[in-house]
This record gives sequence, C-alpha cells and structure tokens, in this order.
Amino acid sequence: MTDAAHPLPKTGVKARMSRDDLVIRGGIIVIFMYLLVALVFPMGAMLAKAFSTYAFQLEQYEFQVSDEAGTFDDTVLTAAVLNAANETLPQEKLTAKSTSSISATAFFPEFSFRSPERYRIRTASEDAAFLKGAQLHSGPNWVEMSSNEFRQVLLKPSRSYGLGNFATYFSTPVLFKSIRNSLLISAISTAVTVSLAFAFAYALNRSCMALKGVFRLAAMAPILVPSLLPGIALVYLFGNQGMLKWMLMGETIYGPIGILLGSIFFSFPHAFIIIATALTLSDARLYEAAASLRTSPFKTFMTVTLPGARFGLISASFVVFSLVMTDFGLPKVIGGQYSMLAVDIYQQVIGQQNFEMGAVVSFLLIIPALMAFAVDRLVQGKQQSLLSARSVPYEPAPRPLTDKLCFAFCAAMCVFLLGIIGVCQYAALVKFYPYDLSLSLSNYRFDLLDGGWASYFNSIKLALLSAVFGTAVVFLAAYFVEKGNAFSAGRGLLQGIAMLPMAIPGMVLGLAYIFFFNDAANPFNWLYGTMAILVVSTVTHFFTVAYLTSATALKQVDAEFEPVAASLKQPVFRLFSTVTVPMCAPALLEIGIYLFVNAMTTVSVVVFLYSHNTPLASIAILNMDDAGDIAPAAAMGMMIFYTNLAARLFHLWVSRVVLKRSQAWRTR
Amino acid sequence: MANPYVEISDLEKFYGSFCALKGVSLTILESELVCFLGPSGCGKTTLLRAIAGLDLPSSGQIRQGGDDITSLPASSRDYGIVFQSYALFPNLTISRNIGFGLENRGLGKSEIQARVNELLALVGLPDQGGKYPSQLSGGQQQRVALARAMAVSPGLLLLDEPLSALDAKVRTHLRHEIKELQRDTGVTTILVTHDQEEALSMADRIVVMNHGVIEQIGTPTEVYREPESLFVADFVGDTNQLPVASAGPDSVSNGISAFRCRNHGHAAGKDLVAVIRPEDVVPVEAGAAPSQGASRIEVMIREMEFLGSFWRCALDSAAFGGAHFYADFSINAVRRLGLTQGANLTVELPVDRLMAFEPLQEAAQ
Repeated sequence: MTDAAHPLPKTGVKARMSRDDLVIRGGIIVIFMYLLVALVFPMGAMLAKAFSTYAFQLEQYEFQVSDEAGTFDDTVLTAAVLNAANETLPQEKLTAKSTSSISATAFFPEFSFRSPERYRIRTASEDAAFLKGAQLHSGPNWVEMSSNEFRQVLLKPSRSYGLGNFATYFSTPVLFKSIRNSLLISAISTAVTVSLAFAFAYALNRSCMALKGVFRLAAMAPILVPSLLPGIALVYLFGNQGMLKWMLMGETIYGPIGILLGSIFFSFPHAFIIIATALTLSDARLYEAAASLRTSPFKTFMTVTLPGARFGLISASFVVFSLVMTDFGLPKVIGGQYSMLAVDIYQQVIGQQNFEMGAVVSFLLIIPALMAFAVDRLVQGKQQSLLSARSVPYEPAPRPLTDKLCFAFCAAMCVFLLGIIGVCQYAALVKFYPYDLSLSLSNYRFDLLDGGWASYFNSIKLALLSAVFGTAVVFLAAYFVEKGNAFSAGRGLLQGIAMLPMAIPGMVLGLAYIFFFNDAANPFNWLYGTMAILVVSTVTHFFTVAYLTSATALKQVDAEFEPVAASLKQPVFRLFSTVTVPMCAPALLEIGIYLFVNAMTTVSVVVFLYSHNTPLASIAILNMDDAGDIAPAAAMGMMIFYTNLAARLFHLWVSRVVLKRSQAWRTR
Repeated sequence: MANPYVEISDLEKFYGSFCALKGVSLTILESELVCFLGPSGCGKTTLLRAIAGLDLPSSGQIRQGGDDITSLPASSRDYGIVFQSYALFPNLTISRNIGFGLENRGLGKSEIQARVNELLALVGLPDQGGKYPSQLSGGQQQRVALARAMAVSPGLLLLDEPLSALDAKVRTHLRHEIKELQRDTGVTTILVTHDQEEALSMADRIVVMNHGVIEQIGTPTEVYREPESLFVADFVGDTNQLPVASAGPDSVSNGISAFRCRNHGHAAGKDLVAVIRPEDVVPVEAGAAPSQGASRIEVMIREMEFLGSFWRCALDSAAFGGAHFYADFSINAVRRLGLTQGANLTVELPVDRLMAFEPLQEAAQ
C-alpha cells in the first residue's frame, strides 16, 4: 500500500483541451446565452415588473419661473408646494402605472403658452423623470424652455418595488374573481377530459373493436387547430342563432359552458396520448395472474388496470389542468363576461395598457403551471421504472358486449371531435349564416380583412423557420448536454434551464418579451416587431418537449461513439453529422413537425409580439372574431387545419418512404 | 528485454471523496499483452480510461513511448480502443466503419479501400464489407470493432472487456484470434477483464487489482502458482482456505496439527489463512513413500461430483478439525485407487503448494 504517506505534495492533473472540447464548450456557452436572452432575462424583467409600483413623488419635481424679461431669480418651486397651494391633484391621483404622466402645466393654474415667461425644470434625483416632447430628462441639471415648449412637458412617475400591485389586485373583486373562475373551469375540464380520454384509450388498448386506426387519428385532430376554433364552432352550434341552441335549454354558450366544451375538445388529445402510453406499458402477466386467481373483471380493473395507469392519469390531469388554465384563445372567443386569468392578462395589457397588473396576473398564472410541471416531472420519472424488460404486452381478447360499448363510446367521441371541425368547415363555406345557406368560397377572401392572406403565408413562414431553427437549436443543446464529457456544471445548468419553458404559459412568456425586448436600453431591442422575435418566442415556448424528445433519442445512441471517434482522431462534428444525426433522424423529424404544428396554431405566445409587418393567421382569427367576421375567422381556422394536416401527411410520407430507404441499416 | 512503452507512476483518481486508484505504478513493455484483472469496482476500467484520456487522473503521470500524455485529450493520443458494446456505427457499412479513422487523412479512396480489405481479411471477414453491423453476429461485430481500432495502426490497443457480451464458445474462439492477431502485429495491448480464464489464456503478464491498488503483477503461471496475497489466490483459480496460526516461518498450525508450508515469513503466533488449490491435493497409494516434507493426512470422502475431466471430492479430515475441503482427483486416480463416496484415504499436501497469507482486511478504504 502506497497511500500511507506522501512526502511531496501532489500536483493535480489539469486537462489540456482538444479542439472538440473547445467546440462543445463553446456550443454550450452559445446555447446557454441563447436561453438567457430568450427565457431567463425576459422572465426576470417580468417579475421585476410585477413588483414595480409607480407614484408621482411631487417633491421630486422642481421648477423655476422667470419674469417677463426672461431673467430668473433664485426661487425654486417644487410640484409638492404648488400642489398644496393649488390643490391640482388629490392624493389618490398620485399612484400611477408605468405609462401614466401628468402635464407640468397642471401645477400652474395661470399658465398661458403665449406668455413671455420662461420655465426651468429639473428633478431632485434620478428616480423621477419628465418628458419634453419625446426626450426623457432626469437629474439636477435645469432644463430651460419657453412657455410654449413648457406645455409639452409631461411628468413621469417614479418607480419603487413592493407588493403594491398585488394589494391592488386583491382589493379589486373584478380581477381576483378570475382566479376562482379559472380554477373551477380547469378543475371540471380536467375531471371530464381525463375520464373521457381514459375511456377512449382503454377502448383502443383493451378491446377488440373495429376502426381503431380511424379513432386514433380522429382523437389527434384537435392538435391541428388553434384553441380558438372550437370557440367559433360552438358559436355556430349553440350561439344566439345556433343550430342546436335548443339543447342548452335557455342557458348561454358564452361563458363557462362554452369554455368547458371547448377545453375538453382541445385538451383531449394531450390527455389521450399520455394515458394511452401508460396503458400500453402494462404487463399482460398481471392480467394472467388475476385471471388464474379468478378475480372478477371489475376487481381486476380496480386493482390492476387503474393502478397501472395511475401515473399516466396523474400526469394527464396536471397537463390538462395547466393547458386549460393558461389557454387564452378559447375564453377570449366564447367566454363572454366570464373572466379568466389568461384573458385578464390580455385585457390589462392590450385594453388598459396596465403592464404592471398584467405582470401580476402572469405571476399568479405561473404558480399552477409550475406545480403541474413539477408533478409531471416527478411522475414521469416513476413511470419509466414501472416496466421491466421482461414485461409482456397485453393482447386483448374479444368480448362482444364490451367491444360494442367501446365502439359506441369512441364513435360518439369522434362525432364530437370531428363535428367541431366539421361545423367550422360548414361555417367557412356558408355564404351568410343563417340567412343565406348557399355554399361559396367568399369567406376565404381574406384580402378584404384584417391580416389577410399575408397573415396566412406569414404563419407558414413562422412555422417553417421555427421547425428548422428550433430543431437545430434544441437538438444541439441536447447533444451537448448528453454527449459532452467535460464542463459538467455548465451541462447541468443547461439541462435545468431547458426544463423551464414547460412551466411558463405562452402569454406570460409573450408579456415577458415585451418587458425585456421593448426596453430601449436593451441591445436586442431591434428584434422587437420582427419575425425573428416570433420565431425565438415560439421555439422557446415549445423548447422542453422538443428537448426531451432529443435527449431520449440521444440516450439510445451508444455513449462510446465519442471515445471511439476521438481514438480514431476524427473530429466530433464529423461523428455528429455522419452517425449521430442520421441515427436520430426520426426524432428530428418528430421535433420538426411538432414545432411546425404548434407554431401554426399558437395564439398565446405571439399575441403580444406580432406587428403590422408580421401578421399571423392565428392572430387574424382572433381579430376577425373580435370584429364580428366569424365566418372568415372559421375559414382561416380551416386554412390552418388543412396546412397542419398536409404537414402531418408530409411527415408521414417522409418517415415512411424516405427514411425507410435511408435507414436500411435498421432492419436485420 | 523489450523497451518500456507505457509507464504509469503513482496514479491516483478520486471521484469526490472516493478513491478509485491509490497510487498505481506500472510499466508495460513494447509488444506485450497485459491484462488488468479484478472484480468490478477494483479500478481496472478507471486505469484504462486514464490511459485512454477519457477520464483524467487526479494526480500522477502516464508516459507513452517516452512522452508525458497524462493530461492530453483522447484525440491527441495514439491508441485504438474496443469496447464491450462493440460501439459500431449502426448506420455505416462494415467497410465504412473500419475506414472511419482512415478518412480525412489525405488517403485516396482506393488506398482506404485496400486497407479496409486487408483488415477485413485479417479479422476473417472478407466479403462482409457491404453489410451493416446489425446483420452480423456478436462475435463478427467485435472483430469489426477490432479491425476499426487497428485500421490506423495505433501504437497501443486498448480492449475494455471485449468478450464479455459474447457466448462462451465464441468467446474462447475469439480469445485465441485476438491473441494471434496481437502476436502477429506486435501491437502493445492492454486488456481489461474480470474473467480470470481470459486473463490466464491471453496475457503475457497479468495485473491483478483490488480496491484501487495493484495486488500483483506477474505472468499467468506466476499469478496462479505463486500468488502474493490471499486476494490473488482467491480471485484467480479455486482455493481451499483454512484459518491457521503461524508456527514458524515455514509452517502453520490449526491447533490440532501443524503443517509444513511454503515460506511465509511471519513470526509464530500470527493469524494466517492457509491456502491450497483442489488440484494440488495429492491422493497417496497405500505404501507409497512420502514426498519430501509433505504433510500427510487421513481423510474420508464425503461427496464426489463428476465434472467431466475430473472428480471434485469433498473431504472430511480429523486433522482439519472437521472442516471439509475440496480436492480434484483425475479420473485415472479415482479408478486406480478405487475411490468411492465414504472411502477413507491418505492425501498429501505438498510443501510448496500449501501457502499461508495474511487474512483479507475488510475493504480498507
């Protein structure tokens, strides 16, 4: 044994970096910076906004007024003193928003812009500021001007940090009522959607009914359309002149009923995918054991089926809950007077220009989303260990009665899902519902409307750019994390940040982008209002799912390829392009189509970020619906549907035909 | 004597506070095949990965061909490596796999192809170049991996448990082939394995490791016949072990009787473990003259197990205080002596085959 005593202190061995190490390290830093700018900083800006309160501190503004000859004496007047003398502003007018301002002349009741007097103005500290025209001034240097210029001066409020916005929020019943509404609607939608999705997945997985393939496809249809679309369909079905209005028995669709029905529609496929996966993972041997113990079918269901799918059910519940909670498009279209948190953000920001209150609601909206995210990550980890390598997949045996019931249920579900889309298609084709039911394509003449065809092509551009750029960024990020061998701190941090976007609702991210990128002092300010910011926000919003797909694919690639390539003195990017990328091609395609479809349908991420140069189809639907052009809105919704359907078919063709040819090595 | 090629001095590796290598020093000669042998977690793979530049040691030095390579990145070192998983690129043909390291080196297409064909022939897979890895058997895939590693004519070949994923029969066959290939090309080779049979049959020298230290370095026969510690004796080959006390530098006593044994050098009274391999227990025919100094004991055959080429017998002996031990008797000996279950006989424990060591210390970290 030699470790008893070492007479000499040991010098540690420090790695000399190879070019590959530098490439990977550089890559990690670049992606890390990207995520900082695209995610961390904007979210920080938003939090700062939520805790920023604004008030006019009148003692901060100082004035001097000259005599008629234009000479000043040493008298300095503060706005506070002037206000006390003139009582221009009552105390409650002094609390403000960031966008508020007061005209300086308000403190001079006898002010006339024709008078020969000259004015000087300054602020006691940098905390307060004033606008002269478009120029912001602040600090102890006098700014002198004529009375005509003085009338343009606007005092801006000073910022301080505190819980003031939250206090305001919770003392405004109109606002905090939304919390209850959102929670209630989300809870009910979750219960209903998860039950329906479980029944649907169970029928597909455990029965021998016919048309399983058709049902499976139909269940996925809602993913291809924006969440606004079910709202429009529901208006046609149950609105004031709806085809099936009698079914509501006097209730109105504009409100909780509409939001609920629409939420079930758009969240159904998400719940279905998760639960179906959980059910396929079940082990047939457990059922054989139950049968050999003569367990009744009901008891088997309760003791084997449900517990086996429990992680899937929990995960699906949280996903649906946070989807409904954070969705904006649907309640905007069909919610009527029934306020929801996500719509509140929109109204505070767009309607009232109250950015602070928008940030407060966003903050509140993150909490349930964050919880859902945490539970989901926890459960996903457990799910994987549930299935051992020896598990035997379950093969259903025909049970005539059950199979018929399953078929009836699935058929009904598909009538609902496809019916919604069908109604939209009908609405898009009818000339003037309900007065002229003849069919025409006139509703597709978007050029006459807000957004127009430009918005549709712009959406396709956004979707393509997001798919290409997003797939590259996400896959590289996952590659660096999974295959890098040094710099483990950086890799761990990157992985952690990559999980964050899933917990941040789209609207919140969009709002955070306003706060961060619209700041004139931000070097990335030029991004604001461009296509680039739409791409960045979309990719960032859908980052996590794409990242997890990449990481899963990369984990299946032998970890020893990199050492082998290094021993053969081949650069890592050569291995990456000749081996890693071809091996992960199916996953890359999957990520591409995921980003494409979501970029086409998303409203919440981009609603604060589009500009007149970058109109989008999904936003056009929103605006047409707002303007009362419901039929063209439905037509535009259908355009998105056709596009996504075509994209999906293209994806199917590529993965079936093209990949099969290039992936001959997969077969034995 | 060949020149030293890889010189490792005082190498240490810490994972947090866990010490995976504790001051390992070792010299590997040119054209030698050295085996790192030990149980899992003994540090043999860590040592290999340090030599390969895949995991950096915490301190110490590694020299290859006279140059200090301790902190060099893997891509700047000169070696080829073969992993247990083969690590063949599944989407490239066998030819492209083997040629992977030859590309980007200024070689022409035809030169690469010629070299690939040469290597395919070398590993006995001519005409398989157009196939994909998944179309080959495990043994064939491992040969491709070997050819790929050899393609760039490395100065050092590292084999990390290359045969562990294969069936017994393929393994034996491939063992032989690798050894032959190594002898023909003369490439200095390090083989990591936990399989003692593999180490004994392939290695020029074996490095037995345990708990991050080298227990013994020696030729296969040295390691097997003259183990330097109880761990080595126990890990390589089968042993009978009996707790004893030293009764002088070349004898031990179990309290009932004393036995003469190989010189162990411990003072009388020290607790030791006496070790003899089953095949070293010699059955004695009645009336045969005793060999020089060998201990003779009376035993009873409690059980006999037929293992094909020999019988393994469990023996009871009063001299061992009732503790039974195993002996391997040849089929001839059993027939000649008419041994059956329950029979009594005399066995000899040859002096130089009976060894005594210090007991193992429980995982001294």
